[in-house]
Amino acid sequence: MIHSLFLVNASGDIFLEKHWKSVVSRSVCDYFFEAQERATEPENVPPVISTPHHYLISVLRHRIYFVAVIQSEVPPLFVIEFLHRVVDTFQDYFGVCTEAAIKDNVVVVYELLEEMLDNGFPLATESNILKELIKPPTILRTMVNTITGSTNVGEQLPTGQLSVVPWRRTGVKYTNNEAYFDVVEEIDAIIDKSGSTITAEIQGVIDACVKLTGMPDLTLSFMNPRLLDDVSFHPCVRFKRWEAERILSFIPPDGNFRLLSYHVSSQNLVAIPVYVKHNITFREGSSQGRFDLTLGPKQTMGKAVESVLVSSQLPRGVLNASLNPSQGTYTFDPVTKLLTWDVGKINPQKLPSLKGTMSLQAGASKPDENPTINIQFKIQQMAISGLKVNRLDMYGEKYKPFKGIKYMTKAGKFQVRT
Amino acid sequence: MSTSVLYNDQGGAEAAVEAGLESTPTSSSTGAAFRLVHADFKKNEDLKEMLESNKESLKLDAMKRIVELIAKGKNASELFPAVVKNVASKNIELKKLVYVYLVRYAEEQQDLALLSISTFQRALKDPNQLIRASALRVLSSIRVPIIVPIMMLAIKEASADLSPYVRKTAAHAIQKLYSLDQDQKEQLIEVIEKLLKDKSTLVAGSVVMAFEEVCPDRIDLIHKNYRKLCNLLVDVEEWGQVVIISMLTRYARTQFTSPWKEDAMFDETNEKAFYDSDSEEKKDQVKAGPYVMDPDHRLLLRNTKPLLQSRNTAVVMSVAQLYWHLAPKHEVNIVTKSLVRLLRSNREVQYIVLQNIATMSIQRKGMFEPFMKSFYVRSTDSTHIKTLKLEILTNLANEANISIILREFQTYVKSQDKAFAAATIQAIGRCATNISEVTDTCLNGLVLLLSNRDETVVAESVVVIKKLLQTQPSQRSEIIKHMAKLFDSITVPMARASILWLMGEYCERVPKIAPDVLRKMAKTFTAEEEIVKLQTVNLAAKLYLTNSKQTKLLTQYILNLGKYDQNYDIRDRTRFIRQLIVPSEQGGALSKYARRILLAPKPAPVLESAFKDRDHYQLGSLSHSLNIKAIGYQELSDWPAVAPDQSVRNVEVIEPVKEWVPLVGKVKKSKSDSKFYSDDEDDKEEEGSDSSGSEDSSSSSSSSGESGSESEEESSEESEKTSSDSGRSSSASEESTSESKSEQTTKKKTKKVPQEKKSKPPAADSSSDENGNAPVAQASSSSSESSSGSESDSEGDSDSDPPRVQKKVEVKSKKEVSLLDLCDFTPAPTNAPKPVVLSSSLLSDLQGLSLSNVSSAIQVTTSSFSPVKTHELLHHMTGKGLSAKYHFPRQPCLYQPSMVAVQIILTNSSDHSLEEIHVGGRSPASLNIHCFNTIERLEPEASVTVSMGIDFSDSTQAANFQLCTKEDQFNVSIQPAVGELVMPSTMTEQDFCKEQGKLLGMNETSATITMATANCSSQAISKQVLSVANVGVVSSTQNNLHRFAGRTVSSGALVLVSLQLKESSTALLTINTEKSVMGSMLLRDLKQALAQA
Repeated sequence: MIHSLFLVNASGDIFLEKHWKSVVSRSVCDYFFEAQERATEPENVPPVISTPHHYLISVLRHRIYFVAVIQSEVPPLFVIEFLHRVVDTFQDYFGVCTEAAIKDNVVVVYELLEEMLDNGFPLATESNILKELIKPPTILRTMVNTITGSTNVGEQLPTGQLSVVPWRRTGVKYTNNEAYFDVVEEIDAIIDKSGSTITAEIQGVIDACVKLTGMPDLTLSFMNPRLLDDVSFHPCVRFKRWEAERILSFIPPDGNFRLLSYHVSSQNLVAIPVYVKHNITFREGSSQGRFDLTLGPKQTMGKAVESVLVSSQLPRGVLNASLNPSQGTYTFDPVTKLLTWDVGKINPQKLPSLKGTMSLQAGASKPDENPTINIQFKIQQMAISGLKVNRLDMYGEKYKPFKGIKYMTKAGKFQVRT
Repeated sequence: MSTSVLYNDQGGAEAAVEAGLESTPTSSSTGAAFRLVHADFKKNEDLKEMLESNKESLKLDAMKRIVELIAKGKNASELFPAVVKNVASKNIELKKLVYVYLVRYAEEQQDLALLSISTFQRALKDPNQLIRASALRVLSSIRVPIIVPIMMLAIKEASADLSPYVRKTAAHAIQKLYSLDQDQKEQLIEVIEKLLKDKSTLVAGSVVMAFEEVCPDRIDLIHKNYRKLCNLLVDVEEWGQVVIISMLTRYARTQFTSPWKEDAMFDETNEKAFYDSDSEEKKDQVKAGPYVMDPDHRLLLRNTKPLLQSRNTAVVMSVAQLYWHLAPKHEVNIVTKSLVRLLRSNREVQYIVLQNIATMSIQRKGMFEPFMKSFYVRSTDSTHIKTLKLEILTNLANEANISIILREFQTYVKSQDKAFAAATIQAIGRCATNISEVTDTCLNGLVLLLSNRDETVVAESVVVIKKLLQTQPSQRSEIIKHMAKLFDSITVPMARASILWLMGEYCERVPKIAPDVLRKMAKTFTAEEEIVKLQTVNLAAKLYLTNSKQTKLLTQYILNLGKYDQNYDIRDRTRFIRQLIVPSEQGGALSKYARRILLAPKPAPVLESAFKDRDHYQLGSLSHSLNIKAIGYQELSDWPAVAPDQSVRNVEVIEPVKEWVPLVGKVKKSKSDSKFYSDDEDDKEEEGSDSSGSEDSSSSSSSSGESGSESEEESSEESEKTSSDSGRSSSASEESTSESKSEQTTKKKTKKVPQEKKSKPPAADSSSDENGNAPVAQASSSSSESSSGSESDSEGDSDSDPPRVQKKVEVKSKKEVSLLDLCDFTPAPTNAPKPVVLSSSLLSDLQGLSLSNVSSAIQVTTSSFSPVKTHELLHHMTGKGLSAKYHFPRQPCLYQPSMVAVQIILTNSSDHSLEEIHVGGRSPASLNIHCFNTIERLEPEASVTVSMGIDFSDSTQAANFQLCTKEDQFNVSIQPAVGELVMPSTMTEQDFCKEQGKLLGMNETSATITMATANCSSQAISKQVLSVANVGVVSSTQNNLHRFAGRTVSSGALVLVSLQLKESSTALLTINTEKSVMGSMLLRDLKQALAQA
């Protein structure tokens, strides 16, 4: 399956290589670099590249390319999914997944990669198991290790590896038993220039942070489970219970994990929490363009729209923009032509606006397309679909845990065409 | 030490001095480079020292630094002897790092590597399973051929290990050994066979992987384990699931018969029921269906279905491909939602999933059509994602949704990403060829794009227009003329070449322009690109043949230029053409045929998807993604005509009785049994096929997804039960099978009522989901229903469920009623002759309607003004006494709403009576005409008025047909004025403004016109406008603003006309309509009419 892995940074240097079978020369990456050169944007490098003897499958995360070398037929998603899992693990271990973090922890990275794949086939990818095999580096542990000479590597086979609940380690103990669930929904939408919604859908996830002693068995029920149209579960969720009763029943992994991701059925109308009034015009012949943008809240059920960030890729002909925001700050990068406006919170009494002029290249004809506006925002304490958790129960353990639920709505890919 | 000697040799004296100074902090800059090299050696030197020291921590530090070197890809092989000594270290981290080193360099240092083997052999006997496993891992990873026998022995031993973890490692080791030494295949297959029997979920994935690698053709090894694998699948770790599913897909294709034939059957019966209401007959047919799905086949489908909910995208994809390749066609739809969900994932995942959807959507439009909006392109998508989405949208386009898709495409054409804009133009071209209704719209839209500022856009448009014109050979001289006008401004070679080719091909249609273009080309010939030159030569040749009078000299000039061109292709072509068209003494034979060679009718290119040919690869595979057969790709075999013996999968040995099972009382057993069933109830009920017997029930307990302890308890009880069964007779398996079966059927009976209740809402849902067309509606009816259908098939002999079948029929017939209703409401069902093509879901259809029809408040009305302008259809001289005139009565056509009503007055001006006057052949053949009834007899000097309906499909292209009498046939044609293709609609001023706001940009054409003074009153304006176009007046509150609204007859697109009066009898005339070409033509006509007094 996966033969070798090369990590390539933004400037095109291979800074780490690992081989699971016989060694593949790093010159195989030349094909990758070729493709990279051909692509104008980093994202445009094709994820699957064919070379005379190998196949290269790559993912790009945190400005690092993870290039896997394959020698024979394998489902490409298998490799892609695994590579993403590797990145997630690094992030979990080192907090960030940057070139510097990986270089600083090369030994741990190597030990991790060694455990995650055997002969190119995934062996242990569950974070709980890996953490028992190889302890994440912390400052305290590093100090203790240097003094006592003890190691990061566990000596026993993680119990999870053998049990029917491979995602949970045994013997978990906490003094404060707590379980937190975050219901986070994202709105993906395309709004056309007249303000009508072309497409809008809601995707949600329930992220959990469970710190409970022993082997708790949890059930989570919703007030309105019918809202959930399509769901995907963490392996711990019992599918049959869900099918029959629409209840999430599971023995949770220890720590942070994504319990569920869901899609809200498309029959339900999606409430769009913000509206945009825009007037972006370029006049033929003049080197000036007008830019006028106003944001306002709508259908927010009384909750404030926060952390609003507007960004827009202006046409290439725009040289500079001199704008005047009624609140927040804006930046315009004359090289990438990216305009960003950090609005902050929308005050319904005084709507934030950004007005001014854009200067165009002299003599250039007017751009044929108006820019698309991307909007990010957050609304606390509300799930826009109306999904509500009914109750959380725990079985199997005697103590009373502390339970908490948080709702949040965010903009996903929220675009306004102008 | 040898290294430093070597270094001294190379570096020379000065460097040696530098080396000597190494320890001192001050060193001259000249030797810096050498110093660096030296330091490198030095570092390895001190690493060696550290490794040889007694302190563990020092060794560990050294090893960590060595691993860093390996990670950077630096060579650390000379440290091998020092490292290998530490292989027996007690420190587990040190040991692991040594393993890492060993695996990396053992191949290069085989002899030294052998030193470590004994350590591993010892570790293989360690009581700690982790140590045993890791020893085996490293031992098998050392790629040294000498130790093959040792590895073989170790694998055999490990495959019998008590720890499943070690057995898993053994399965991995099999592949490693096989890649090292292929001769061990036979022995390894034995081990695989043994491990395949393993019941641990931990081992299953790895051993199937080994199977795939070593002996993928030994299908016979799978038979006995098939059911077990199916049942374990849910509990196998996710990576194993992918491998097992992919293997089982291949397996199933060799072992079961195709479920697809049955589909045809299914559709057929359904269609029949659609037309005749006799449900009795249909029921019989369903029962008599020849296809019965193998229960094992069903088992596989049922057990993989929950995995669609996996968080692992690879698992979801592999289940999707399994359903695609194995499931009956009407069940495949359940994977759609999950695949669409994956589109939310990372860029790379999107890329692969979209590729697969593209392939699927070619064959099964209906699957993804309800999710069309998920494929809308966002400006932030990367280019290859955008093009894939475009591909899918094009595949999904049909009559019902094309207007929405084209509107979306209009946005894309304006994209800043020009490569993407060009791809969009190609997509428009494909839509135009696939859906004849919009060909004109698309073509006209593309013509408009020719005046775009961007060169790539223009070039792409030209190329696509060329292809379109080729597929639509009719009078397109307008467009060709337009392109000729643009010719000077276009610089992209491909586009220029395309225009030249078009000129040549249709030179007879543009007899004046083509020679002029040739003249221009003659001037610039030498400066053109090769491809343009070639086409110039072609054009010259074709013109020479058709119009040699004007172009003879030009052609000769160009041929002379070509003769001395630098490019040999052009020289060759020139020579060839000259021989062909200019008859000379020796080469006369061919020139007779020159016309036929050069001006032969050419087949139109087929614009089709780039994913057309990918479907022969297994979906989700690397080969599919690359569209190349990848190394190691296993072809999916075709379904066997006759299924191989299915008893091979029967397993005689039931679960052995486990010693530690405590004796459980009878009462408790039955209780837990019922619990077990009630847990599984729905699943069982839904999926049917319970004949797999005791094996099934016992193993499904392990897959029931309960926590470990519980399932253990259950299975123990289960085995308790079966063992007590087997107590009765030695070969109890048969009996217990039938027993459990009957037990389950009774269960089913009790459960029947709620089940039916449950199955109802989805049916109701789906009925609202599906419209128009019966087969698809049936096919996509919820899977639970259909599988229960097949269940009743498989249990045909049991007394099971006539009521249920009845029920099904009822639901279906209900659906049909609503279907018919819908058909009645659909405004233009005749657009598509085949009902199958209209297979859109009701949802999207309604959306389409609501988008184009806007709101019910806007109604189409009959016009108040009917002009009496008649046109000549057939003169009595040419018609041998029969003359015909036609006019447009401006009434809604009675025959079909998409037709324009035409009245024809036939007059007999001859001296004898004419008989059997009727309409004959028509062109284009697809022209949709409602003819008048044959007039048996028309007396001399008599005349008769008949009405016809013609579907012009919103284009001003003339309708050509033949008017026949008993003796003669006359070709006639009706050319509609653009204004006649519209019918008036009333709307309020607000509605008008709202609609106008939606139709801006490409949809708007406007001009400032000067009006004749007589026309300035509002009445006169109305009169003039109404005389040109069949539109309705919109009452206006402003005096200087006149508004008219209409709707195109065929597609019902809005046409909004507004006229704003300004000073000194000028006015701004604006037309807003989706049909931009109609808009511009209407504008021209109106302008003319208003300017006239």
